[in-house]
Amino acid sequence: MKLRANLVIGGALFALAILVGVLAPWLAHTDPVLDANLLNAEEPPSWTWWFGTDDQGRDIYSRVVYGARVSLTVGIVSQLINSVIGVALGLSAGYWGGWWDDVVNALTNVMLAIPSLIFALAIMAVLGPGLTSLLIALGLTNWSFTCRIARASALSLRSQGYVQAATVLGYGDLRIMITQLLPNMLGPIVVIGTLGMGSAVLSEAALSFLGLGVRPPFPSWGSMLSDARDQITTAPWLSVFPGLAIFLTVLGLNLLGDGLRDILDPQSRSRRT
Amino acid sequence: MTGAPLIEVEDLRIDLDDGSRRVAAAEGISFRIDRGETFGLVGESGCGKSITALALIGLLRQPLSIGGGVIRFEGQEIQHLSAARQRDLRGNRIAMIFQEPMTALNPVSPVGRQIAEMFVLHKGKSWREANQLAVEALASVRVSAPERRVNDYPHQLSGGMRQRVMIAIALACGPDLLIADEPTTALDVTVQAEIIELMRNLCAERGTAILMISHDLGLVANVCRRVAVMYAGRIVEERGSADIFRTPSHPYTQGLVDSLPRLGSRAALGRSRLKEIAGVVPAITNFPDGCRFNPRCAQATDICRTVAPTADVLEAGGLVRCHHHA
Ligand SMILES: Nc1ncnc2c1ncn2[C@@H]1O[C@H](COP(=O)(O)OP(=O)(O)O)[C@@H](O)[C@H]1O
Ligand code: SF4
Ligand SMILES: [Mg+2]
Repeated sequence: MKLRANLVIGGALFALAILVGVLAPWLAHTDPVLDANLLNAEEPPSWTWWFGTDDQGRDIYSRVVYGARVSLTVGIVSQLINSVIGVALGLSAGYWGGWWDDVVNALTNVMLAIPSLIFALAIMAVLGPGLTSLLIALGLTNWSFTCRIARASALSLRSQGYVQAATVLGYGDLRIMITQLLPNMLGPIVVIGTLGMGSAVLSEAALSFLGLGVRPPFPSWGSMLSDARDQITTAPWLSVFPGLAIFLTVLGLNLLGDGLRDILDPQSRSRRT
Repeated sequence: MTGAPLIEVEDLRIDLDDGSRRVAAAEGISFRIDRGETFGLVGESGCGKSITALALIGLLRQPLSIGGGVIRFEGQEIQHLSAARQRDLRGNRIAMIFQEPMTALNPVSPVGRQIAEMFVLHKGKSWREANQLAVEALASVRVSAPERRVNDYPHQLSGGMRQRVMIAIALACGPDLLIADEPTTALDVTVQAEIIELMRNLCAERGTAILMISHDLGLVANVCRRVAVMYAGRIVEERGSADIFRTPSHPYTQGLVDSLPRLGSRAALGRSRLKEIAGVVPAITNFPDGCRFNPRCAQATDICRTVAPTADVLEAGGLVRCHHHA
């Protein structure tokens, strides 16, 4: 079997990001919030300060390491919420059809018409900044694509012999959806979920950049970028390292999504060979 | 409830609603199947066999619906039962296997799990018990090394194996009636015989009645004690299997019997001498007036073109629907 570069590199980058987040207390050199020391303010990267320090003398490396926690929590949790909503709505709409399908379709069209970041922004404006608000705002606004795919899969799967056989054998609707339909549409849902995590990480950065994300002084990659705005020419390392962290994580998730699509989607598999 | 037949269908009518109007896809369907009996439904493709079976298990869906008549299971009318009560019957008391063993199993689930699910669903067993019962069920359909086979996925099994698994699933809960809709049409001839034999033996052992549906009169008569022949949405003749071969009464049945290859005569005459029934089955929306077989019938007279024949009881036992039956 051919080694799939995108799967391996993407998986490695994503695994690295998770590992950094989980092991943050052991990897960090200093406390990301408390160890401010104006004597070390705005040090460029060196052997002591790997990624340099900010204007309060906090170690950027340690803040990037801890920032992984926020970015990944937001990316993973909000995408999970999106996947659950999208699958529940799309699967039931495709399987049941009728008025419920019309309702879900209308809802999906509304979601597709409004850019999800704008929608998230509006929710954040109501809920106020903070991690929980971020999770809710990003978790409720990016399910339309998953929903579309789940609905289309359910529509085509429900005429499959085994779905009809299950009906004949006395399976209830819920059991059919969970045991017969869901496992057979999991491939594309996982792919979209992985790509969606990447965009959630970006959205977190964007919202934090606008000051709507995690409250300072706790670090997130987006809020670090935001703080570094004014010093981008004088102390570029303040923006380069959190930016790089975002870039590599999102790149990893996108490569992983592509790689998963290659192995999970039989059509693209046969196109390749 | 010993007096009542297992299942009894009376004057069943199935409507097809094509948006603008309703037409009867099947009508005047009446038959009964006793406990442990084997009953066959034969007819050309499109004559309404499958929709009749779906009506029995309460699974007609738009644009099809029951337009009239009564279906009784153990003396109790079932066509108006709640969805939940009908679901309890399906798979538990009335089971069904299909033509397509290739697609009737969930591709992402091991076959053992699919059998076990029936025990969990209908018998309230724990998954532990159910998995054990699944191994036994697989053994009962003569699958070798069942304790290993339960972990196989459908794509790892041959067509004949899959149909065995389907039979194991269908018979898992010990149903009273097994509906087999063209169960072997998609299989090789040698495998066909094995599967039919297996199904017949298992049902005989357990006292399960069979409703066998096929376009193949020879196959059905071989398995079933009684046979009903359908043509264009109506049952035209219902007889004991042996009688229908010896003395087919309806001209359509006579045509079917004549078109069967016989042992001996087949070798002598060759396939080309088999008699075909001339003409084609009329479309649902376009059934002829009177007897629906009249455009293809050599014995048709004027009355056949205007008046639909009613079912006559034959002296030798059985029913026939023809003005000029033998
Ligand atoms: N879902 C459906 N929609 C429209 N027409 C149908 C449907 N199912 C069956 N029919 C029609 O009902 C008639 C009987 O079909 P069926 O019972 O499947 O025949 P068969 O005897 O081959 O099993 C056919 O003419 C078929 O075209
Ligand atoms: S009723 Fe008339 S047309 Fe119909 S089968 Fe009998 S003889 Fe033929
Ligand atoms: Mg059929």
